[in-house]
Amino acid sequence: MLKYIKEIGRYFILMKKVFSFPEKKDIFFKQLFNEFEKVGLSSLSIVLIISFFVGGVVTIQQAINIDDPLIPKYLIGFVTRDALILEFSPTMIALILAGKVGSNIASEIGSMRISEQIDALEIMGINSASYLVLPKIIASILFFPILVILSIFIGIFGGWIGGISIGVTTADFVLGLQTEFSPFYVSYSLIKTVVFAFLITSISAFYGYFTKGGALEVGKSSTTAVVNSSILILIFNFIITELLLT
Amino acid sequence: MIEVQSLSKSFKENLVLDNISVKLERGKTNLIIGESGSGKTTFLKCLIGLHSIDNGEILFDNRKFSKMNDKNIRKLRQEIGVLFQGGALYDYLSVEENIMFPLNMFTKLSLKEKRERVNFCLSKVNLEKTNDLFPSELSGGMTKRVAIARAIALNPKYLFCDEPNSGLDPKTAILIDNLILEITEEFNITTIVNTHDMNSVIQIGSNILFIHHGKILWRGNKNDLTKSKNNELNNFVFASKLFKTLRNENFT
Repeated sequence: MLKYIKEIGRYFILMKKVFSFPEKKDIFFKQLFNEFEKVGLSSLSIVLIISFFVGGVVTIQQAINIDDPLIPKYLIGFVTRDALILEFSPTMIALILAGKVGSNIASEIGSMRISEQIDALEIMGINSASYLVLPKIIASILFFPILVILSIFIGIFGGWIGGISIGVTTADFVLGLQTEFSPFYVSYSLIKTVVFAFLITSISAFYGYFTKGGALEVGKSSTTAVVNSSILILIFNFIITELLLT
Repeated sequence: MIEVQSLSKSFKENLVLDNISVKLERGKTNLIIGESGSGKTTFLKCLIGLHSIDNGEILFDNRKFSKMNDKNIRKLRQEIGVLFQGGALYDYLSVEENIMFPLNMFTKLSLKEKRERVNFCLSKVNLEKTNDLFPSELSGGMTKRVAIARAIALNPKYLFCDEPNSGLDPKTAILIDNLILEITEEFNITTIVNTHDMNSVIQIGSNILFIHHGKILWRGNKNDLTKSKNNELNNFVFASKLFKTLRNENFT
């Protein structure tokens, strides 16, 4: 128990170091744009592919399960839309990004730690935590919502294709998409995404930053980062849902 | 000059450095030698502030490290160049960008001036025209030389080298030693070298400290080294067959 309390304490101390004013604005912005590419753009293809197919599969499953003449067909589009907006795009995509981006951040920073590159930054008088982690956190907070919005659109597109393949008409599907649409669901989805983005990058950076030992420990840090950020995503998903939807 | 007064450092119950006092002179290569686990790396890390100290004081040209606030510590660190054991070059930056890194962070030089400084530093380590190479494309010796070039980019007053010759062949090791000596004398830097390598000691040891079990057991220069009656020092220095043979042949 004491070990976990210490770890949480170290995490907050690191975050205090991370959220300090950048030493040089031009270098910070250069790094920020690099991170947009590393944590955001590089994940675009995987997010879009997964969203398209999951959207299609969700629609097909709904169509098979709601095979009752008393239940209107447009509900298939309605359920697909809400499943994607409320849960799949923000939460499942966050779990996928925890695996892809989180392991990348933990191993990158962990490798820098064991090869003394972080020590070299500190010795130069640079706040290494802020220099390395802040651009990653800001880039993910700004870019993950874009990925999630794209995921929602592509998922719905995949759903439409999936629906057509088993005989759901475009008119029914579109009617379902328009039925009882609540814009707040999108806000809820984006609020979750911002929180998850922060959790993924900060937790992964934390495990990378405090890596000790050699290549084996970098691998362990990476795995721990993915596991712990995934668990925290699920916990915060529950908390945010309780707070915003009930 | 760096003055260390009664420095002690322990990790939990384990006393690693015990009441160390020493003056590390400017314009000289101050070598710290000792067996693995003797405390020399801890001593170096205490000097550069990577480890906090339990007792004592470190003075950088009469400026007390313990009395410095964060701003002054960061300012002091800009006067320090460090050559890490593995070079610690940033993998994602080219040779030029690595050397330019401290210039970008701490100077307002124009790009042209920074390039000139980079080329000057590269010429000092005999690595002209390697600007566009990446660390993964460099040999061990080249990596160390680029790291030296980066360490001297900001004209440091103090240069710390941790095992500069580890993993290098004897010829490249001599090259690195000569480079450290040359830079120390040319720019009048206080240089501290942490080493196991007895060839380095003989080559550049103008001021040598022998640390054993966290204490300084012997100090002197390379000429005094072979005449010492200190058993621990002799066991360390003449551990290799080559040095034993040379001692028997009365080398100096």
